Amino acid sequence: MARIIAGIGSSHVPAIGAALDNNKTEEPYWKRVFSGFEKSQEWMRQTKPDVAIVVYNDHASAFSVEMIPTFALGCAAEFPPADEGWGPRPVPVVQGHPALASHIAQSVILDEFDLTVCNKMEVDHGMTVPMNLLFGKIPKEGHWPCPVIPLAVNVVMYPPPTGHRCFMLGRALKKAVESYPDDLRVVIFGTGGLSHQISGPRAGLINSKWDKAFLDNLSSHPEKLVKIPHIDYMREAGAEGIEMVMWLIMRGALDDKVDEVYRFYTVPASNTAVGHIILANRAKASKRKPAVKHKRAAAQTKVERIRS
Amino acid sequence: MAREQHDYDDIPGTFVFDAERSRQGYGINMFCMSLMQDANRKAFKANEAEYLKKFKLTPEQTEAVLKRDYNRMLELGGNIYFTAKLGATDGHSFQHLAALMTGSTQQDYANMMLGGGRSVEGNRSRSGRNRPSKFIAGGAGKAARAKPKAKAAKAKSKIKSKPKSKSAKRK
Repeated sequence: MARIIAGIGSSHVPAIGAALDNNKTEEPYWKRVFSGFEKSQEWMRQTKPDVAIVVYNDHASAFSVEMIPTFALGCAAEFPPADEGWGPRPVPVVQGHPALASHIAQSVILDEFDLTVCNKMEVDHGMTVPMNLLFGKIPKEGHWPCPVIPLAVNVVMYPPPTGHRCFMLGRALKKAVESYPDDLRVVIFGTGGLSHQISGPRAGLINSKWDKAFLDNLSSHPEKLVKIPHIDYMREAGAEGIEMVMWLIMRGALDDKVDEVYRFYTVPASNTAVGHIILANRAKASKRKPAVKHKRAAAQTKVERIRS
Repeated sequence: MAREQHDYDDIPGTFVFDAERSRQGYGINMFCMSLMQDANRKAFKANEAEYLKKFKLTPEQTEAVLKRDYNRMLELGGNIYFTAKLGATDGHSFQHLAALMTGSTQQDYANMMLGGGRSVEGNRSRSGRNRPSKFIAGGAGKAARAKPKAKAAKAKSKIKSKPKSKSAKRK
């Protein structure tokens, strides 16, 4: 049985990608941001997930205004980085996991979440920036450490799906993953936010108090967060801060009780408050059942260790 | 046809890109999207007004694009992720656009961001709805008790008791 072992929340500020691609990570301004992810990268190296589901939004790259799917699941074998106007980011092509992705599509649609299935899709900074923050910088010729299933959410055109809807989709994703026969350890990313507004005369808005309260509630009181109406996100966290609903998909895909492994928050990166959290499902509850089945995975890990 | 009124029209300095604006601004956004290709950027730069004709903009939309009036573009249905492509075509950084939209110099805008950004206080509402969201206030209150943060709590109550008399200035 596959299972979701942890959730990761992370901003996906495009300037972070640009700083990485242009080797600015050692500049004090950017070092402040990147140093907050060093522990996360260490955690990721140790966790070694088999698959990552990345919930993100496209920014006028793969999707234009011609078609605006609310939830779009990437079922392709690979996802090339999109040209966002400066050439594609110099990161490896993202390998998908078509078998698990189509299983998820089937399960989730029958669970009444009407996903759009994408068998061809380019991915922009919304996805590749958080991947860099957690997996580190990887040259274009290299490989991301695990296959990825992109889940693109419309948060560009109002209204995006409600926080509650997002949380419930997370629940459906959890059920879908847990009904997949192979032993896969899956992590799920919720990306975007935190508070920021990049449009209009109110651009530059940051609300650290809001962000902190959101992070505080995410681990133990997500039921409070799912009730937040869109108007409150936009008023308090900025017109583009509404991206934060995507974190609730991640949270919905986790168990009710989770442990906060790590948290980082800094202002600003470009125009945005950078937020990051790692929430892990408690090992006991999820370990017991697949203990036997996991022998194979454990054996594989051992083999890998011997090899390396 | 007058624009339908929504709760979010009360947020100051904000043009929410909703389904209605998405429809109205289709031409602006498709024009901006076309600028992803170098040949189109060149054609646009060679004759802006002529190039824009392909996208069936209204005269107001055309004027806003030609004048690089970014706020007006948003008001008429442009979306920031799209209009940013026009800024990039002009060789501007995003921060330059942000400064333009906020009516400040790029340096002032950059300094504001470094200083923690624009405060939400006084920027929540055109009609004086300046109380913080109850959803977050509840959670923050609990957390504030755990870690003594009396200052934050005090600031909050101050806002509550202060009768904001900013009158709604909407037509």
